[in-house]
Parts: sequence; C-alpha cells; structure tokens
Amino acid sequence: MKHWIVLFALSALFPATFVAIAQDDLPPAPYAYTQLDDPVQEARALELMETLRCLTCQSQSIADSDAPMAGDMRHQVRSRIAAGEEPEAIRTWLIDRYGDYVSYSPEVSSTTWPLFVIPAVLLLLVGVVLFGRLGRRRKEGDEA
Amino acid sequence: MRLTYTIPLAVFLFILGLGGYMLTQPKDDTIPSAMISKPLPDFDLEPAMDGVEGASRADFVGGEPKLLNIWASWCLPCIAEAPQLEALKERGVTIIGVAIRDKPEDVAAFLERWGNPYTRIGGDEISSIQFELGSSGVPETYVIDAQGSIQYQHIGDIREEHVPLLLEKLEAAR
Repeated sequence: MKHWIVLFALSALFPATFVAIAQDDLPPAPYAYTQLDDPVQEARALELMETLRCLTCQSQSIADSDAPMAGDMRHQVRSRIAAGEEPEAIRTWLIDRYGDYVSYSPEVSSTTWPLFVIPAVLLLLVGVVLFGRLGRRRKEGDEA
Repeated sequence: MRLTYTIPLAVFLFILGLGGYMLTQPKDDTIPSAMISKPLPDFDLEPAMDGVEGASRADFVGGEPKLLNIWASWCLPCIAEAPQLEALKERGVTIIGVAIRDKPEDVAAFLERWGNPYTRIGGDEISSIQFELGSSGVPETYVIDAQGSIQYQHIGDIREEHVPLLLEKLEAAR
C-alpha cells in the first residue's frame, strides 16, 4: 500500500522519473546485451539493429536504446540471425507487423517514391540549366 | 529582377510555412499494427502464474470472438483499464491475457488487488508476442474472431467510453 502511495506521489512530482519506475524488473532477454559468439553473425546483427526503430523511444535505433522492449527486439534479431535467418528477411518480418515505420532503411513504395525521384529530377534539371548556360557562354566566347 | 530569381525564396517560404504548420499539429506516437485482418500468428505461452492456464493461438479458434489483452503488473494504465475489463467480462466477453515481462508473484498480486477478468493468462518474458502482433506497448487489446483472425487493435488503456466500441467490434467479428 505505502509503496503505491509513494509511487503516485512521485509520478505527480516527477513525470519523467515515473516512466523509468514504471518498468518491469525482469532481467534483460538473453541476447539483449550479449553479443553472438560468431563475430561475422554479430556484425550482421548489429548492422540490422542500427537500422531498426525502437518502438517505445521512437527516435532511437534498437542498437542505441536501453528500453526493455528494444532489448527484447535485439534478442529477436540476434537469435534469428544465429538460427541462420537473413537480416533482410528479419526486416521484412518486422515491416509485415509494424509497417515501414519500424525500418530506418527506406524502400521504394507508393508513398516513398518521391524521395528517390525528386533528387534525380533536380540533378537532371541542374544539368540541363548548366549545360545551356555554359554552352551559350562558350558560343559567345567564340564569337568575341 | 527576373521572376525566376524569386523561386528559391518561394521554396524557402513554403518550407518555412510547412514547418510552422506542422508545429501546430499534435504529435501522434501510436504505431498501428499492420496485422489487422490477418491471421493471429502462432504462439504458445506458459501460464503467467500458478493456478491459471497459459495462452496459445488455438485458444482463440472456434466459439465466439474473443479479446486478447496485452498487459503487465508493472504497467499503471493497466490498473486504469481493470474496471473496464471487468465490465466486458460481465457482458460475457472472453478475455485472454498475456502478461509481458512479468513475475508470477507480481501477476498474482496485481490480480488479487485489481481483479481477474481473464480466462487464461500466458506469460511472455521477452515480449515475443508483441513482435508477432505488431504491438508496441502495454496495454493493448485485440479483437480476434472465431477463425483466429485479428479484427481490431485498441492501443492504450480501455476507458469507459471504449467499452461500447469494443462490444461493437466483437459483434462485428461474429
């Protein structure tokens, strides 16, 4: 009883602290903070984990976050890699469940295509303008 | 001044305006699951404490549509939604719970104190069912139809005004 009163008082005074208190006290999942024995597999796991979004701390990757859920997600990634799954298959598995949002590695889709097309169009435009101007200047130079 | 020279300024003002507008929009942190209207993935969880049965996909197949409630004893909004789960149970809804990253003694103490609306409670110490469901926090509640297909996801605690909505979704899932 007392425990709860203290907790509620704390939560009112320090909302941010309260978030930290309101977490479980189970130990982290086996592979949350333990690297895989095989350095090649660990490197592949790390590469993937750096491009997966932490779902409870949404501006961090799961490799950067100490949130329990990020730890559990690292466990998923490492144990699946250890079982021989391809990193991109794991990414697809997560995108199937959370949507593109979970991945920091954007793929071309019906909503993201402008990201890929606009830079190409701009470059092309710059090229055309430059070519036109430089071409004209050269011509003028020849005439002079 | 040639008109084309004003284009960069126009682009700059557009971006500035867009930024200003977005600042006035409330931030939405919820991540909807991409699993709605897809089959419930296979899972089989041990009981979360002594004296209850665990939870698996098979428990959802057949009979009436059911609720899958993702919760935890360490989660305060889960206390807030306990009366609503109780109300749903009284309306005859079958609620199967999964306790995330929890200890059996904590689960027991929570249920002792806030009531037990569940017919079964699985324990998931590594949040694995959340990744299967596309769930990003506790509590979350899913409507599962009798074919074992996910019909609706409720993110966050169930408040009084959500009870009729969930009953409606359960009815629609028949």
